[in-house]
Amino acid sequence: MRRSTMFFVFTAINLVIMALLYIQSHISLSEHHILRKDIKEIVKTLHLTDMVLATDARYTRNPTQADLFSAFQDYPGSIEHFPTGSVIPPPDMDSMGKLIEIKTDGP
Amino acid sequence: MALEKHINILDYTLQSLLRRKFKNIGIIMVFTLVIFTVSSIIFLSYSLRQEAHLLLKNSPEIVVQKMRAGRHELISTWLMTEIRGIPGVSDVEPRYWGYYYDSGVKANYTILGIGASGLENNKVVSGRMPSPHEKNVAAIGRGIADVRVIKKDLGSILYLQAADNKWMNFNIVGIFESDSGIMTADLIVISKEDFKALVSMPDDTATDLAVHVSNEAEIPTVARKIKEQFPDSRPILRDEIIRTYDAVFGWRSGLIITLFMGALIAFIILAWDKATGLSAEEKQEIGILKAIGWETSDVLEMKFWEGLVISLTSFMCGIILAYIHIFFMGASLLAPALKGWSVIYPEFRLAPFIDFYQIAILMSLTVVPYIASTIIPSWKASITDPDIVMRG
Repeated sequence: MRRSTMFFVFTAINLVIMALLYIQSHISLSEHHILRKDIKEIVKTLHLTDMVLATDARYTRNPTQADLFSAFQDYPGSIEHFPTGSVIPPPDMDSMGKLIEIKTDGP
Repeated sequence: MALEKHINILDYTLQSLLRRKFKNIGIIMVFTLVIFTVSSIIFLSYSLRQEAHLLLKNSPEIVVQKMRAGRHELISTWLMTEIRGIPGVSDVEPRYWGYYYDSGVKANYTILGIGASGLENNKVVSGRMPSPHEKNVAAIGRGIADVRVIKKDLGSILYLQAADNKWMNFNIVGIFESDSGIMTADLIVISKEDFKALVSMPDDTATDLAVHVSNEAEIPTVARKIKEQFPDSRPILRDEIIRTYDAVFGWRSGLIITLFMGALIAFIILAWDKATGLSAEEKQEIGILKAIGWETSDVLEMKFWEGLVISLTSFMCGIILAYIHIFFMGASLLAPALKGWSVIYPEFRLAPFIDFYQIAILMSLTVVPYIASTIIPSWKASITDPDIVMRG
C-alpha cells in the first residue's frame, strides 16, 4: 500500500472516531438531561447555591457565599494556604460597586 | 494527472518524515500532549460551566446574609416579615446550613437543616428525605457514605458531635446518589430542629434568608431595597452566583491559568524551534531536490504536507484522547487540581457539552501556525541557489 493511502486511511479512521464520539456525546447528553431534571429539583428544594468542587476550605466549597475577603479571612495579610484557593478564585465582586452606591439618610 | 502529482509529493513527504522518524515521532508526541492538555481544559471548563448554568438557575433568586464587621453572621428571622413586605417579593424562607468537620476522616461536611418534601420520586435519591419536624433522621451525600471509616448506607446510624459536646445520632433514611454528586457529595440533610440543636443556634435566627422574586426583572430592584432597608445585609443575586462560576471556569480563571501555562510554554518552545530555521540535513535535502529539477512550489508543497501530516495527526489524536480523558475517565488527570486537600469530592460524571467555537480556535492557533512555521524557513532555503544551499 502506498504511504499516502495509509495516511488517508489513518485520517479517515480518526475522523470516524471523532464522528462516533460526537454521536456518543448526543446520546450521553440526552441521558444527562433526564437526570438533570432530578438534580434541579434537589437544588430548588434544598435552596442550594454552590457546586461541590472542593470541600477543603469554606470559601472553595461555597465560593458564592464566602466572606468578601475570603482568601484573606484570618487577617488581611494572610497568604492563601489551600491549594484549591489558587484554582478557585474569590467571588465575582462586580455588583459590589452597584451596592455601595446606595444613598442613605445618614450625615 | 495533477492529483497524482500531489499524491506523489505526499508519498515523498511521508518517506522523508519516516527517514527522521525518531525526531518526528517526538514532535508528534509533544504536539499531541499540548493539544490534549489544552482541549482537556476546554472540555472540562466548558462542561462544568454549562452544568453550573443549568443547575444554578434553580437557586434562590436572592440570598440575604447579615454582615457584622465584614463577616457573615446569623440573621434574625424577624427580617423575613419586613422583606416579605417589599413589592415584588413572593416568599422568604430561612436557610439553616453550616459546616461540620469530621476529625475521624478529616473531612468537611455541609449540613443543611431543612425538612424537605417533594423529592419522593427523585431518581438520584435512594430512600427519602427527612420531613420538616422529624428528629434524628438524615439524608447524606454518596461522598460521605463512602468516606466514613465504617461505610454508611441506608439504615445505618451517623453520629455527629453537637456544640454542647453531646453526640447526636441520625438514622440514615436517604442517600443522594453519585449522579448528583456535583451538587450533593458532601451534604447532610437533617431537620431544622436537629440542626439548631447540633450547632446551638439561638431561636429566631437563621444562617441566611432565601428571597423568592416572581419577576426576574425585579430582582436587582428588590436587592437594592433590601440593602437600603438593612445596610448590614449582603444580598447575593442568582446572577452573581452564576457569574462566579463563569469566572471560576472562564479563560481568565485560576484553573485555566494554572493548568494552561505549562502546555502553552511547551508549544511555544516547539514552534520556536521549528520557526528559527532548518537543520543542515533539511537544507541539503531542499538543495538536492532543487538540483534534480523540483520547482520552488513543489518544495513548498512538500513542506506544507509535512506540516499538515504532523499537526493534523497530533490535533486529531489530542482531541480524541482529551474527550476520552474528560468524559470517559472522569478528568482523572485534572481533577486533583480541583480537589486540592478535599477529602470528599464528587466523581466527575460530566455531560459532554462540546464548544466547537473553542475547538476551532484551538485548531487555528496550533495547526495553522505550525504549518506556517514549517513553510517559511523552507521557502527561504528553496529560493536560494541549490549550490549554496547544499554547501551550507
